[in-house]
Formats: sequence, structure tokens, C-alpha cells
Amino acid sequence: MSRYEVLARNIRRHVLRMTNRSKAAHVGSSLSVADVLAVLYGGILRVDPARPEWPERDRFILSKGHGCAGLYAALAERGFFPVAVLETFYQDGSPLVGHITHGGVPGVEVSTGSLGHGLSIACGMALVGKRDRRSYRVFAVLSDGECDEGSIWEAALFAPHHGLDNLVVIVDYKIQSLGTVKEVLDLEPLAAKWGAFGWTAVEIDGHDLAEIEIVLSRVPLEPGRPTCVVAHTVKGKGVDFMEDRLLWHYRSPSDEDLGRALAGLGDNE
Amino acid sequence: MRGAFFQALLEAAEADPRVHLIVGDLGFGVVEPFASRFPDRFLNVGVAEQNMTGVAAGMALSDKIVFTYSIANFPTLRCLEQIRNDVCYHRANVKVVAVGGGFAYGSLGASHHATEDLAIMRALPGMTVVVPGDPVETRLLTHAVAEHAGPCYLRLGRAGEPAVHTGLAEARIGRAIIVRPGRDLALISTGGMLETVVRVAEKLGAAGAQARVLSMHTLKPLDVDAVLAAAVETRAVLTVEEHSVIGGLGSAVAEVLAERPDVKVPFRRLGLSSAFASQAGSQAFLRDGAGLSETGILASVHRLLEAAGSRA
Repeated sequence: MSRYEVLARNIRRHVLRMTNRSKAAHVGSSLSVADVLAVLYGGILRVDPARPEWPERDRFILSKGHGCAGLYAALAERGFFPVAVLETFYQDGSPLVGHITHGGVPGVEVSTGSLGHGLSIACGMALVGKRDRRSYRVFAVLSDGECDEGSIWEAALFAPHHGLDNLVVIVDYKIQSLGTVKEVLDLEPLAAKWGAFGWTAVEIDGHDLAEIEIVLSRVPLEPGRPTCVVAHTVKGKGVDFMEDRLLWHYRSPSDEDLGRALAGLGDNE
Repeated sequence: MRGAFFQALLEAAEADPRVHLIVGDLGFGVVEPFASRFPDRFLNVGVAEQNMTGVAAGMALSDKIVFTYSIANFPTLRCLEQIRNDVCYHRANVKVVAVGGGFAYGSLGASHHATEDLAIMRALPGMTVVVPGDPVETRLLTHAVAEHAGPCYLRLGRAGEPAVHTGLAEARIGRAIIVRPGRDLALISTGGMLETVVRVAEKLGAAGAQARVLSMHTLKPLDVDAVLAAAVETRAVLTVEEHSVIGGLGSAVAEVLAERPDVKVPFRRLGLSSAFASQAGSQAFLRDGAGLSETGILASVHRLLEAAGSRA
């Protein structure tokens, strides 16, 4: 198993346990980005768990804040805080709030939860990076439904205008999943839209760890332009009975569900 | 106030390289000196206030002091959730500046009347709300806001108001200014009503009633001591604001007085009823219609003093 495979599986295992223990929702939304998070925290992001405030660190913003269990798990696996803290997720008094929250959680840059906010914040950070000639990059993960928000397109206009090639957007795009995005408000052709706004946009399989790494290790794909990676993903990816099921946006895995899911992922930690 | 703000902002930017200005495609004819003096610290984001505020938060989280600037309700209500979540929740060093408080944009209509902004900004956790009374206060408080760590809302009037103060050396956030001493009644003013309120006090003084005038240039944190002193040391308290009577200065003062049963003082809020001004009209016309002209305020004072007299 590759480093990324191990990390992705561990993130998924944590996510399942966290949402089971806490009876929290959004397990499917954390599972869909687990592979992207594994590649980012397993290799791409220049971060230092011993110095979470290191000024030259890459910034990561989870704009789809409901995928927080996956990010908390990635941060714990990367060593930003003890894995045992994950057990407090969503519980009374825990710093691990049910939408990604920065207070008291090392490694979390920005709190989100209301969709459509993270990209503008990322733009502000990237702009400072360019103007002050800093070396850090800014990565933001958006959900597909989040691209319904008008504020995303305000920011999408802004970043190319200012040549923010230190900015990378990854859209967790579950277009294959039952066609729900298409039915609600069709985003297609999504990559072409970002391209038309001035981004260098590519489409990848958001669960192909090698493909994710190849693209993210080459950013910016074009100098002077921000990068948009439309990552085709599957809600609930990695747990066969959750895949492509909108139910798992809302339902928390029962003890029985958890046992089946963990068995399906394999036993090795 | 607008000119005083930009002059002070230039001074603040000279003194501190972290100071930045972002505008939402407004400020023609007034932002140019800043933009040409500090091109790398100026940004026009276009007509996109949500993005303006989010970008400001991201820059502030990268150690900048960021002023966002637009008119009326555009930098506040249009992007309210960005102010709440991105700025206030992160305690980001963003200063939201609105020009055209109250009816300053008179005939442009209700869309351009900032008449609930103070209530809404005051309710946000961590937000400091500053409403200067004249250009002198504007200059001093712009500096204070730049030096204050954390989110601020700076609500300005328009361009060209006369200075009320002469020789004012200091204005501190959260500390009301006693513009005129007096013990017969207290007139508590916020923002650009100050000039009119001072004229009312002079008229009352000529008629033998000495009105204390407080410029309550900070609504949050409120100068509770100044409010209680006015309530204890004078015989009646009237608040005057070019803003809805819901949630602004009058409400803030009422909250203080209501929780102090030992302080019994006749009290009235003078401000705008919870309604839109649907006619065209200059600021003076619209103020007059709301009882905020000199005559209107005097009438409110007389009613209040009669009530106070009948109680005594």
C-alpha cells in the first residue's frame, strides 16, 4: 500500500468512527474528499505540524465546511494534534465543531460552514502572498453545490484578474452521483466555466491518488493563472453501501453500519 | 466627514505599512490620492461586496489591517454574513467603512438610506461600532480604528459637514465626548446629528435650560458611565440618531437605563420609525419629516421636559 493509500484509508476509518460515535451527519461528504485530503496532507502541502503558524506554510481552506471530519482526521494523522482528540468530535465542549472551526484546532486556517465564503478568503491570502513575494500557496476545496453561490463567481472573477497563480481550487464534483447536482441546478460544463473565467482548469478522477498527486504537484499549471481542479468524486466513496447514496449526506452510521464499513475498508491501520 | 476620513487614512497608512484599502468600485474622486500613494495597498474589487469582505478577511488573516469602503448599505448588509463569519468570528482586523449614514444620500432613495446598519452591526459579536459626529471626530477616530485590534464598523455621514469641535485633541473608542455641559437635561447624539443637537442646546440655553450634549461616537462598546452620569446628574435624557429607533443609540441607552431600577429619569428615543422613506427628498427634508430637524428636536425636548415636570 502506498503512503497515500494508507492515509486515505485511515482518514476514512476515523471519519466513520467519528460520525458513528457522535451521530453526526455528512459522512458521505468527508469520504468523497478523503483521497484529495490524503494527497494534500500526505505530500503536497508544505506544512509543519510542529509550527502550525509557520508564516511560509501553505494555506488550506475547506470551504465545504461540512466535510470537517475528513480534515480533522487528516490533521490528526499528520500530527497537528493527537488522534485521540478525534474521539471528542461533535461532543459537548469539544473544539472539533461540526463545521470546520479554527479556534483551538492547530492546522485549521479558517472556519467555514456557510457555503461560498472560503474562496474569497483564499483570494485575500493569495493576494498578500503575491504582493509581498511570499512563497506560500493557497489551496481551497469547494463542494459542487457550493458553486451555486454567487459569491464563488465573484471570487472566480477576482483571482485571474490579479494573476493569483499561487491559488488552487479543487472542486469536489460528484456529478456522477445519481445526477442530483444536475437535477438541482446544472453546473455543466463546470471546468469550461472556470476556464472561461480565466483559470487553468483540468478534470481528474478525484479518487485516483496518482492522478491527484501528478496534477497538484505541478501547480500552477500555467504561470500567471490560478488553477482549478475539477475532481470527479463519489459521495461516500470507499464504503460500498454508502456510495452514490444521498442518504449518507444526512444519516449517521449505526454500530452495525460502522462494523460493515470498517470491514470493507480492511483491518490494517 | 468623507474628506477627513481619507486624510486620516492616508496618515495611518504612512505610519503603518499594514494599512490597506479595498473599495467596491465606489469612491470616484476621493480614493485617488490613496491609490496613487499606495498602489500596492489599494484594491478596487469591482461591484462585488461579498468578495470584497472575504478578500479583506483573508488579507487580515495574513497580518494586514484592511479597510473596506463603499456607500450606504453596500459594505454592510450586502455582505452581512461575510462580516459575521469571515471577519467577526475570526476576529480579523477588518474595518468596514460606510459613507452616507442615515439619509445622507437623500433623494437616491430607500436603497441608499443606511437606517438599520447600526443595529445590525452592533449585534455582531466582537464588532466595535464607531459613528463620528463631525469631521474632527472622524479624523481622530479613523486613527483610533486603525490602531484598534479587531473588527470595526465606521459609519460616516457625507462630504462637507461643518466641524462642531474646536480644539478637540483626543477621541477614544468607547468614551463619549461631553460637547457642552449642562444639568437640566441631556441630549445624547450619535453621528452627524451632532451639529443640529448642539444648535438645539444653544437655543435651549438661551431660554434658560442648560442641556448637556454628549457625542456618543461609539455605540459599541457603549460608554455606560457617561449614560448613567447623564441620567443621574440631569433631569431628562433624549437620544437623537439618524437611524431606526430599533437597535441603535436609543436602544443601547434604554438597555442601560432599564437594567438600573435605581436610576429613574424621564427618557425618550428620537430617531426614525421602522419605515422606509418612499419620497424623494434631500437629507434635510427627510430628517425634518422624521422630527430630526432643529424644530423637531426642540419639540421632542419640550414634550420630554413637560413629562419630567409633571412627574417632579
